[in-house]
This record gives sequence, structure tokens and C-alpha cells, in this order.
Amino acid sequence: MAIPEWAQLLYLLCAVGFILALKGLSGPKTARVGNLIGAGAAVVACTLPFFYADLDHVVFILAAVAIGSAIGVIGARRVQMTQMPQLVALFNGVGGGAAALVALLELRHFAELADSRLYVERGLDVPAAYLVATGFTILVGSVSFAGSVVTFAKLQELMTSRPVVFPGLPIAFGGGFLAALVLAGLIVNEPVIWAGIVLGLVGLALGVLLVLPVGGADVPIVISLLNAFTGLTVAAGGYVLQNTVLLVAGTLVGASGTFLTLLMAGAMGRSVPNILFGALKGGSTLGAGEVSDRPVRSAGPADVAILLAYAERVIVVPGYGLAVAQAQHTLRELVDVLIARGTQVDYAIHPVAGRMPGHMNVLLAEAQVPYEQLIEMDDINADFKQTDVVLVVGANDVVNPAARTTPSAPIYGMPILNVDEAKQVVFMKRSMRPGFAGIENELLFDPRTTLLFGDAKDSMGKLLAAVKAL
Amino acid sequence: MSNDITWLTYFVLSVFVGIEVISKVSSTLHTPLMSGANAIHGVILLGAILVAGEADGFALSIALIAIVLAAVNMVGGFLVTDRMLQMFTRKPVRKEVEH
Repeated sequence: MAIPEWAQLLYLLCAVGFILALKGLSGPKTARVGNLIGAGAAVVACTLPFFYADLDHVVFILAAVAIGSAIGVIGARRVQMTQMPQLVALFNGVGGGAAALVALLELRHFAELADSRLYVERGLDVPAAYLVATGFTILVGSVSFAGSVVTFAKLQELMTSRPVVFPGLPIAFGGGFLAALVLAGLIVNEPVIWAGIVLGLVGLALGVLLVLPVGGADVPIVISLLNAFTGLTVAAGGYVLQNTVLLVAGTLVGASGTFLTLLMAGAMGRSVPNILFGALKGGSTLGAGEVSDRPVRSAGPADVAILLAYAERVIVVPGYGLAVAQAQHTLRELVDVLIARGTQVDYAIHPVAGRMPGHMNVLLAEAQVPYEQLIEMDDINADFKQTDVVLVVGANDVVNPAARTTPSAPIYGMPILNVDEAKQVVFMKRSMRPGFAGIENELLFDPRTTLLFGDAKDSMGKLLAAVKAL
Repeated sequence: MSNDITWLTYFVLSVFVGIEVISKVSSTLHTPLMSGANAIHGVILLGAILVAGEADGFALSIALIAIVLAAVNMVGGFLVTDRMLQMFTRKPVRKEVEH
């Protein structure tokens, strides 16, 4: 099917739109406009076929678009900011699934073509490159779909967030990979639909096996990686359908997603192979999530209020627990009161605070914390030595010294906030349960550490009242 | 097929552009960038529409499922990214008033 020139020009415009969108998204001032440009380009690109392609079943197509859009709108509107990572994972997964289904249908089309009288009489073959791209899309799209669903389950805590490893896992994964190669070979040799379906099923299994051994703290990086995977499947799908805008958009996302994955992994001091396959080597599950009964020093809100109110320099380390308890608004009020009393207060933001890089910035921005008070790790780490009190709210892994001292810890090598250098540390915690990575934090047992137990929102309210009363 | 060389050219150039445009992103924006990029690959909706327009019977129902999934990815992705970024843009102004 030939695409008319005017439509090709508009597709080119859409491709430029996607480039500008990514460019915009990487700067704080231009991000929102960038996203809107991307959305506009996507809408234009998806509208064009209705004008040139002579589509059948337009009513059904529009109905399906409407249903999908409605689900997307509801999901995007309803989601809590704390659940953002799982929603992104889910959106990514359905995109991969859609690409795999499209490729399966194209395989069916190629199979019909190969059996058609024209091809048989003239001894024609469907070009191998198309079939390679089709197989790739089916396989990687299914991996992305299943992997994203497991990621969702881990983040939503429908299943354990700890690495899941069973003895035969490497063999199962290797076997599945070999089977996928064989099936892809079959498809390239001759487009047969059953091989495509089995390839998709193998892809689903591989996606599950790929993500199961990944520990909770590393899940965001896997989301980013699967996002890049889906981008590449869309690119391959674009080649199969001979549509430039799909190829360009998919490749852009595949390349930038891969790069972003490496950036994120770098920020956590991890390598991507180590994240994916580290747990398979075993021995990286320290602490096993047990709750220790060693003595800790706990205090009430009134005591902590005095500590904070008479400190000259306070640093707040916010974590995911803060946002889960919806305590960020009260925290902001507390910080405002302290600043009004003359205390110097900043927020120390670890690159992976929350559940995804930059997640904490979003959560605090929601509570209208001024941007200037959010200091990134590298800029604030030297300040902890001169800090009187560090208030750690719902964070754990990002301040765990085990990342520096314990080579067997799953987070070993991750840069952390040097909270242990401060004069006093206050942890606001719900319980002694370890963080998302499932490792006990030595800092909790340090003599300079005080623990304030309770629901973060509740304790924060009491703390605020106590500081105001002083 | 020299046509395939053209496609390879598009691919390779897009790889470099994709890396180049985001190379200076700050860690603050990692989440919205990931989410926005995620929405962009929702344009597979275009492919699903093209396929559905030529399909019949069982294949049509599969294609319609693909359309629903792709539309969720695309529409939901851009909206949720916008919701995130909305919070970045209305930054410090209100704070000063409260003091």
C-alpha cells in the first residue's frame, strides 16, 4: 500500500515532533511543552490512516480507540502519585502487548501471501528481513508485556518485592531463549502462524523469568529497560508495516530508553547485567527481611520537637514511606515553621528516592515544596558533617551504610546519603521492618540515632504541634 | 534491496538522535522522561489501526484488542506525564505569600 506524499510529509512532521518531545522532556522548563508536542504528534500520526488508507471497519476501530482512551484517561487521572511507577510499567506493558499482536497479524498476512497463487506460481518468497523483524516484535513485545506485569505486581506488592529465584531458573531461561531462537528461525524459513503464537507464549514466559529475580530496589531500572524494549519492538513493527514514523518513534524511544537505563543504573552504582542476573549467582540476600530484636532508642514527638527546634542546621531525608502516608504536606508545614524560627532546613534528595529516579521530586512538588529547598545528593553530602539533626522520614535503603560497608548486601556500591556523619539522626518509622531492598539498617542501632515510631502522617502532625508549642 | 538500506539509515540515525536529545537530562526528570518516552511508543496504535483496517473475522478481533491496548498506552501515557509535569511547573510562588 503506497502512502501518498502529503501523508508522508505529515508523518515526517510527526517524527520531528517526537524528537522535539524528547528534547523538551529532558529540561525542567520545557518538559511540559515537550510532552504536549509529543501527544500532538502521536494524535496526528494515528489520525492520518483514516484519510488515505481506505480502512474497513472504521466504526469498530473508532470504538476500540475510544475504549482504550477511556481506560487510559481513568488510569492516568485516578492514580496516586505514589503509584506512578507501577502505572508507567503497566502502560509500557500494554504497548508491548499491542506491538506483539500487530506483528502476529502481519505474520498471518505474510503466511497468506506466501500461499497465494501469485507467490507460488512465480516462486516468490516473503523477504527474510521482514520475517526477522516480525519474529523480533512478537518475541520482545511479549517479553515486555509479561515483564511489565510482574514489575507491576512487585511494585503494587501483590507479590514479594524480594528477588525470586528457584534452582532451575537459569536453565529454564536459557532453554526458553534457545526455543525462541529456533521458533524465530522457523518463521524466517517459512511464515507459519503457529510458530508465531508459540513464540509469543515463550516470550511471555521469558518476560516473567527475566523480572522474577530482580530485587525491589532495582525494579525502576527494569521498567526503564522494558520501556526501551517496547520502543525497539515498535521500531521493528514500523519496518514490517513499512511506516517511517513508527520506525523513527520506536527507535528514538529504544535508544533514549537504553541510555536512560544506563544513566539510572549509574546513579545507583549498579550495572544492568548485575541487576538482571545478580540474584541468580546467589548470596546477595542479606538479612532475609527478618526483624531484629536488638535494642534501639525511641522517643516521643515532644523530645524530637526539642531536638529539631534548637538545631541550627537540619536536613530532611524524605523517602517513599513519607508519600505513602501522605505526610508530605504536614512535613512541608513543619519545615516552614522551623525556617521561620531561624533554622536552616533543606531536603536531601537521593537520585532514586521514592520508587523511581526523580519520583521524590514529583511527590514533594505535589506538596508545593519550593524547588530550591530540594538538594541533590552530590551537592548536599558534604554538609551532613555540620548538620545537627537529620530527619529521615520513610526512607531506609538510601541512607543505609551497608551500601558502603557490606559487600554482600544487594545495595552494595549504591551511592548513599551520608546521614551517618551527622551529629543526631531521627528516623520516623512505622516499624522496624527493613526497606524495599529488604536489608537491615545498622544506622538504626547507632547511639546517635533516635526513633520516632508511628504512622508518618500521625507522628508528623504531633511533631508539628509540639514544635509550634515551643 | 537498496530500499532496506534506506530503512537501516533511518534506524541508525534515529538511534543517535535518540541518545543525543536526552544526554543532558537531570536525574530530577528521569521519571517524567521515562513516562513520556513510554507514551511515545504508544504510537503503535497507528500500526494497530492499519492492521485492523485490513483484517476480518478472528484477526479483526485480535487487531481491535491491539488497538485498545495501544490506546491505553498512548493516551494514558501522555496524560499521566502531563499530570506529573504540572507539579513541576507550579513551583515556589505560593510559598512566599505564606510567610
